[in-house]
Amino acid sequence: MAKVILTPTQTPTLFLEAENITPDVFAGKNAAEIAALHGFVGKTTVTLGDYFTVEGAGGQTAADTTVVINGDVSRVKYIGMKMSAGELIVNGNADMYVGGWMTGGRLTVNGDIEAFAGLGMTGGELIVNGNAGNYLGAAYRGDWRGMQGGEIRVSGNAGSDVGTFMRGGTIVVGGNIDVHVGTHMEGGTIIVKGDAKSRVGGQMVKGTIYVYGDIDVMMPGFQYRNDADLEVDGDNGRFALYEGDMGERHPKRKGEVIYGQLYMKY
Amino acid sequence: MTDYLIKNGFVYDPILGINGDKVDVAIKDGKMADAGDVTNPTIIDATGMTVMAAGVDVHAHVAGPKVNTGRNFRPEDKLFNGTAGSGIKRMEGGFSVPTVFRTAYLYARMGFGFSMEAAMPPLYARHTHEEIRDTPIIDQGALPVFGNNWFVLEYLKENEIENTAAYIAWLLNQTKGYGIKCVNPGGTESWGWGLNCETVDDVVPYFDVTPRQIVSGLIEANEYLGLPHCMHVHGNGLGEPGNYEITLDTLKIAEGFKPQNDFGRDVVLHNTHLQFHCYGGESYSSKFFESKSKEVVDYINSVDNISYDLGVVTLDETTTMTADGPFEHHLSHMNNLKWANTDVELETGSGVVPFIYNPKTFIAGAQWAVGLECGLFIKDPMRAYITTDAPNAGPLCRYPRVYKWLMSAKARDDMLDNTLKYGDRIRERCYIGELDREISLYELAMMTRAGPAKTLGLGHMFGSLKPGLEGDVAVYPYNPETDTDDPEKIEYAFGNAAYLIKGGKLIVKEGEIVDMGNKRTFWVNATVNDNPMVERDISEKFRRYYTVTQNNYAVEGHHYVPNPYVIEVDATK
Amino acid sequence: MAKIVTDVVCPFCGTLCDDLEVALSDDGEEILEVYNACAIGAAKFLHSQAKDRLTRPRMKQEDGSWKEVTYDEAADYTANLLVDAKKPLMYGWSSTNCTAQSTGSEIGEEVGACMDNTATVCHGSTLIAVQDVGVPSATLGEIANRADRVVFWGCNPAHAHPRHMSRYSIYPRGFFTGKGSKSRKMIVVDPRNTDTAKMADVHVQLEQGRDYELLSAIRVAIRGEKLPDVVAGIPKEQIYEIADTLKSGRFTAIFFGMGVTHSLGKNHNIDIAIMVTRDLNDYTKAAIVAMRGHYNVTGSGQVWGWEFGFPFCLDLTRGFARYNPGDSSSNDLLIRDEVDAVFVLGSDPGAHFPVGSVKKIAKLPSVCIDPHITPTSAVSKLHVPVAFVGVEVGGCAYRMDNVPIETRKVVEPPEGMLTDDEFLQLVLTRVRELKGAA
Ligand code: SF4
Ligand SMILES: [Zn+2]
Repeated sequence: MAKVILTPTQTPTLFLEAENITPDVFAGKNAAEIAALHGFVGKTTVTLGDYFTVEGAGGQTAADTTVVINGDVSRVKYIGMKMSAGELIVNGNADMYVGGWMTGGRLTVNGDIEAFAGLGMTGGELIVNGNAGNYLGAAYRGDWRGMQGGEIRVSGNAGSDVGTFMRGGTIVVGGNIDVHVGTHMEGGTIIVKGDAKSRVGGQMVKGTIYVYGDIDVMMPGFQYRNDADLEVDGDNGRFALYEGDMGERHPKRKGEVIYGQLYMKY
Repeated sequence: MTDYLIKNGFVYDPILGINGDKVDVAIKDGKMADAGDVTNPTIIDATGMTVMAAGVDVHAHVAGPKVNTGRNFRPEDKLFNGTAGSGIKRMEGGFSVPTVFRTAYLYARMGFGFSMEAAMPPLYARHTHEEIRDTPIIDQGALPVFGNNWFVLEYLKENEIENTAAYIAWLLNQTKGYGIKCVNPGGTESWGWGLNCETVDDVVPYFDVTPRQIVSGLIEANEYLGLPHCMHVHGNGLGEPGNYEITLDTLKIAEGFKPQNDFGRDVVLHNTHLQFHCYGGESYSSKFFESKSKEVVDYINSVDNISYDLGVVTLDETTTMTADGPFEHHLSHMNNLKWANTDVELETGSGVVPFIYNPKTFIAGAQWAVGLECGLFIKDPMRAYITTDAPNAGPLCRYPRVYKWLMSAKARDDMLDNTLKYGDRIRERCYIGELDREISLYELAMMTRAGPAKTLGLGHMFGSLKPGLEGDVAVYPYNPETDTDDPEKIEYAFGNAAYLIKGGKLIVKEGEIVDMGNKRTFWVNATVNDNPMVERDISEKFRRYYTVTQNNYAVEGHHYVPNPYVIEVDATK
Repeated sequence: MAKIVTDVVCPFCGTLCDDLEVALSDDGEEILEVYNACAIGAAKFLHSQAKDRLTRPRMKQEDGSWKEVTYDEAADYTANLLVDAKKPLMYGWSSTNCTAQSTGSEIGEEVGACMDNTATVCHGSTLIAVQDVGVPSATLGEIANRADRVVFWGCNPAHAHPRHMSRYSIYPRGFFTGKGSKSRKMIVVDPRNTDTAKMADVHVQLEQGRDYELLSAIRVAIRGEKLPDVVAGIPKEQIYEIADTLKSGRFTAIFFGMGVTHSLGKNHNIDIAIMVTRDLNDYTKAAIVAMRGHYNVTGSGQVWGWEFGFPFCLDLTRGFARYNPGDSSSNDLLIRDEVDAVFVLGSDPGAHFPVGSVKKIAKLPSVCIDPHITPTSAVSKLHVPVAFVGVEVGGCAYRMDNVPIETRKVVEPPEGMLTDDEFLQLVLTRVRELKGAA
């Protein structure tokens, strides 16, 4: 696998928009060509070379390209946006839209990330060894198609509005999570291993949410059904199953109403 | 002003009877002229290209409150499709509901010079005009909606045609409107209580009047006034399986009415987006649904006073928007997507819902078929106009694709065989499989310019290259002798005009927009005899039931209609 | 005899009353009296008459003092500031007319600005909710003529929109509501015992910040499903009763304000209130309307809608329009140090933004265009006073229900003063010159 190593050389005064940092764009390019790729700071057009040293070269395709960013890119947006294959590793913190609209490949951030990561994601893996911000795996504004496939794993905490309008795929948050989890969810799975605050599964149509820790305030539209012994993401335990949101519309399958499912671990 | 001579193109003009002949087309002082009359013209070489009068759109939703609701509540319709401004062009955005700039540039690139905004809520007329003003290049008019207006309902309950006409004349003047639009007559007022009118004989709650009386009365008032355009109707029961009977009932109301006008208009009723009104069967399932386009168009073929537009479904993700409030509510229950609704005091209502016409479903494919059938069954193409009821059945940018389907049986078969999942079922339940007609360029010119111009009462300005008409000409990179091999060439050519001249100004040059033109707003000023009764009714309603004062109602001032083109109508006799 | 101007439109709040009468001095130069307006509306007119009013632009000097400059100098400074910045923020746009908003858009497009209006600290959350679930609504007259159930959720019109209840929502005798307030049941949902709440038939005093839960519970109750005993501090019996009341009306109108748009969950509170309205339409007729604040914040969203496709939080820096509150919203841009110049027109972020944001404005090159001396003008480098829209110049404004109304010019502005559109035209011309030269 061909490898490209980017090392930040300066912190952008405003923010750098760098949707060109993906295995897809880097594939087939040598270091000089990659350094010449455009980025944007406000209304000015810059090159990646203005902000990074570039070593190595892309492979023939995205699938055989690995991109490594060694350093802090907490003022760089859109890293890995729309990536479809290959691998991208960020050794440092990153800003908004990490892996936004990604369709495949693996994106790992060894650090914290800001909001809107995995927005509208349809495939691939997004792994965050750190904390994530708000709107993780959510839908873009106005869209009813949030995360539709793939997997997001956050080892630390996540912000609010995780999995809004989620329709498929899996989000695993190792730590705690802020308000509004799986709002308008219509498929897929969210696993929260720490505590949640309030508004878990509000307006949920379908899909599954697991919470290992506490929920401060339950939504009134969830009703207790039964207990179940389950294996969830490699963890075994006894869960209480709630179904809801009873205030929301629900589809029927074979004459039976399908609800959203909320499992709370004992 | 520069004169132009467009040489060597294949010219199509059904008004002049020119069918693909290579004749030179001249523009002098902004008007069409005889080729011999221009001296020192700029020559446009149209060798190997198709030349027609600029297109005229009889029905599209491109400006006004519900269009803007469609824009503002659908950021996802703009995701990743914005384009930067360049040269004289502003930035553009939006797919199904483009910004005003993209709308204008799209029309220009498709070779259009005029567009009729299909539904203007009177109380929001200012908004509609602000958008029209900001849409460069094309001339536009707007049709205020009347079919649920309290004045109209009250007058027509008593069959008071003269009062209805006086009110219409007053409202056209107040709103700078062009003609009479009637959407789901009575149904939208019923929607004020969450109800609807499902047949032409349902009674509107409280107002005690029926859709039949409303349609009939509006036709009569229209002809009493002698307006340029006829009564423009979107009937009851839009989109409902089995609705073709309601459509026939509606169309038959026009029997016995004759056009009375000085504008060369031959019809008294225009039925918009006929596709949505030609459904048989009792549900959308492939077991029950069937096309009734033939039955409806057969009827229209048998009379001479009705025109229509198609409203072809283009199988896209789009945004539906109509003054048919109850229909949009119904739609939101079918697809569970976001639903905007605005009921407008004393006047009308509207709804907006995103919609995906998914080619993998039977019904979307069947709707696609019905729309095309409406275009293929017509005997006189001067009375059937190509639209997508943009953006309801499909976005504006898809017009050229619709032309391709109408002009090429091969393109239709390709859809049925390869794109639509239920092509065979659709062939069974619809007529599309039996139709091998291919619309010719000559007929296309009827269905996209000559015909709509005539039905709008604008045949003396648009739709033909006849000397004296507006200097509006489109040149398309389509060679009718050699480009017939591949239907894709139709779609490309009609979306990428090589040249557009509008009012004698060169707007598109070699495919690029080079001028923002001299955009005009068309409206109709109808003069009627003094009518103290109606005047009193108006001031009474404002005093008691409107939330704006009568003095703050009229659209006035240079900043709303900066460049008006007023058509005067004298109805005092 | 004083001269009376009728049908005057009040340029203060989103109620946009258009029935004001203004008495002028014989020479027509001075406003003597304002009739029909509420106190805050009348004050706006009388304020314009202040004798000590600032009538010329002024620049802040190094020592903190102000020096008068010409409008041309001010336009030149403004144009340079916008052209030189990599990412200027052009904020405000709510207390001005649509003409100025439109000219401002052209400038913003030319200079690649981020543009935002006061919705960002007010009903932006509503706009987001509408994008998520739509909005079944109606004009205010429709409500006056039909509504027999009126809910005020997290808003206090008695103070913020003083004539709302008398003109539209509670007292009018409409076509189908001939008994006026007796035709209507008034419900107020608010944790505080406001003056509006005191007038209500039912005051639902919920726990602070639990609007989402209560609205959700109402949806559950509308569907006849089981509820926990207490939600948001309200016993379930009362919740079922509220649901019944709303369902049993002929026409239910819900108005909401800052109490829900900016409490926990923001857009989600509005989202679910809209869903309650949507649910009610399966049983009866229902409409929901945002109590928009500034008289033409709505118009700003409309103008940007047809020009760019988005109602606020526009990022035009890349040449095409992008939108994402949380990223392209003014406060996020300021707090995150994402903009390098600030232009303010028709709003006072100095008074309405969090302190953190205001401090950032103070540090950046900045211009404030406002008839008044405000907290924002105080921290700006350049202050450009302009004529009062709706008093000294007309132009279009959009009411809270999106109805556009032409405001009226009642008196002339002080000698030599420009309107905001005139000043913006100067800036636009100068921007084009600078860009042409570049
Ligand atoms: S309610 Fe609002 S618009 Fe009406 S007079 Fe008072 S401040 Fe002005
Ligand atoms: Zn239409």
